[in-house]
Amino acid sequence: MSLRKSISLYIRYAAICVRSIMEYKLSFGLMIFGRCMIAFTEFLAIRFLFDGLTEIKGYTYGDVLLCFSVMHMAFTLAELFGNGFKVFSGIVKSGEFDRMLLRPCSPILQIMGTRFEIGRTGPLITSTITLCIGIAESKVSWNLLTALTLALMIVGATFLFIGLYMLGASFCFFTIEDTSILNALTYGAKEHGKYPIDVYGRGVLRFCTFVIPYTLVQYYPLQFLLGRSTNRVLGLYPVGVVVFLAICYGVWCAGVRNYKSCGS
Amino acid sequence: MITMEHVCKSYKVAKRKAGLSEVCKSFFRREHEVIHALKDVSFSIKEGEMVGYIGPNGAGKSSTIKILSGILTPDSGTCTVDGRIPWKNRTEHVKQIGVVFGQRSQLWWDIPVIDSFELLKEIYSVSKENYNRKLEELTELLQLSEILKTPTRQLSLGQRMRCEVAASLLHEPRILFLDEPTIGLDAVSKLAVRDFIKKMNREHKTTVILTTHDMQDIEAIAERVILIGKGQILLDGTLQDLRNAAIGETADAPENAGNITIGAGVSDEESLGAQSGINLDHVMAALYKKLDIM
Repeated sequence: MSLRKSISLYIRYAAICVRSIMEYKLSFGLMIFGRCMIAFTEFLAIRFLFDGLTEIKGYTYGDVLLCFSVMHMAFTLAELFGNGFKVFSGIVKSGEFDRMLLRPCSPILQIMGTRFEIGRTGPLITSTITLCIGIAESKVSWNLLTALTLALMIVGATFLFIGLYMLGASFCFFTIEDTSILNALTYGAKEHGKYPIDVYGRGVLRFCTFVIPYTLVQYYPLQFLLGRSTNRVLGLYPVGVVVFLAICYGVWCAGVRNYKSCGS
Repeated sequence: MITMEHVCKSYKVAKRKAGLSEVCKSFFRREHEVIHALKDVSFSIKEGEMVGYIGPNGAGKSSTIKILSGILTPDSGTCTVDGRIPWKNRTEHVKQIGVVFGQRSQLWWDIPVIDSFELLKEIYSVSKENYNRKLEELTELLQLSEILKTPTRQLSLGQRMRCEVAASLLHEPRILFLDEPTIGLDAVSKLAVRDFIKKMNREHKTTVILTTHDMQDIEAIAERVILIGKGQILLDGTLQDLRNAAIGETADAPENAGNITIGAGVSDEESLGAQSGINLDHVMAALYKKLDIM
């Protein structure tokens, strides 16, 4: 199936999700508002922290806000598009995955399409606002290269989270049950990813480089972005997520081959 | 059209006894049991045939359907459908088949049925002319015009099932798999679905494979019956062969035998159908017991 056809199909799937949710308008409105507020309190936590501090390990309020916004936005985008992987055990248990395999298009497209989470636009609004504040507050010298770095960080982190969700979903093929181990990694990363990872010390930095490559999208490009390093290559580090994504995809494919279906 | 040769499929199932302490124990040491869902299953089906695939719960019916439709990969054996290996050429294969799971819906819950159909049209890349023509035909035969604009969640089971059948035929598949299509339906809907399936077979030469526990379905639709029990094919023939087998098997219980004796005063066609249906259930029950496949 051609890429154009796939994209148009994805949009149709997503449109149906949106319409389904719109059937329940009040619930939709409350959900957007609620999620907006949750994200906003996280921002407030950082705001109040910096009332008493001027900087953490050399990072100013603006720097941290930039880092927080990038990770938060990426996490939200990943939930917006990759929610299907997050709830994949339910898809398997209800037999919906059987049905997906009966369609002449990619199961990945269907999983991402049928669980398009429009409600995540709530926190997306919040993180866009905090990103703007972060950009205004931090003393980044903006040019084409730094702008590209920021964009790469957001896109890279989004794919990193989606990759993690996919990895978690792959485990369902082997256990059928939900595996929360990956939630520890994604939510954990979202939580401690608010601050540049080196504030947690060397150990965490290593873990986040060699086990789950968060530093590729956060710590290293941030060094270049904030002018702490002049090495321009650091700004391109988020591209490395492609390797991680390829590994996740490999595990996913192995999982699909191992698929056992369930009940009738 | 369809051939299955020496197909085996087994599942590993975790086992534990009831009780909280057992749950804790199983956390550290899991005991597994291998269940052989299919053991050396072979059969072939010609184009345009209508086959009833029957057997008790857990006999391996669904596993067979899942292998034939490309969802599952068998452990061993070969299987070709229309020259393709289902699980290898999945995308090509599924374009040629339609599957109805009586217990699961393929329609989108919150949107009108017609919107689900429109999406299916895109998924299967059906051209506009073909889609319109087919939709018109299905709407007329299954009497869908009243319900197409209703969201799926507001349909009755019978209405929904008619829509399910229509949804699985929009792309004009050559093979139709029906997994318990009449489960839970009222008499009118059952008859409508049965008549429709027969019509499809007559007019489009659609090959139909039907699994069901409703023996009246089998009687109404299937020209050929394949009986599976404990993962093995036990009988492959006509419904009469099945009756004969049961009579032979139930010689010691003649009151349950398959000869259709019509009670006095029962003459109209409806009750004749019901009568023979009850008898068929007895036939099956006796046969399952005798063959020891429960």
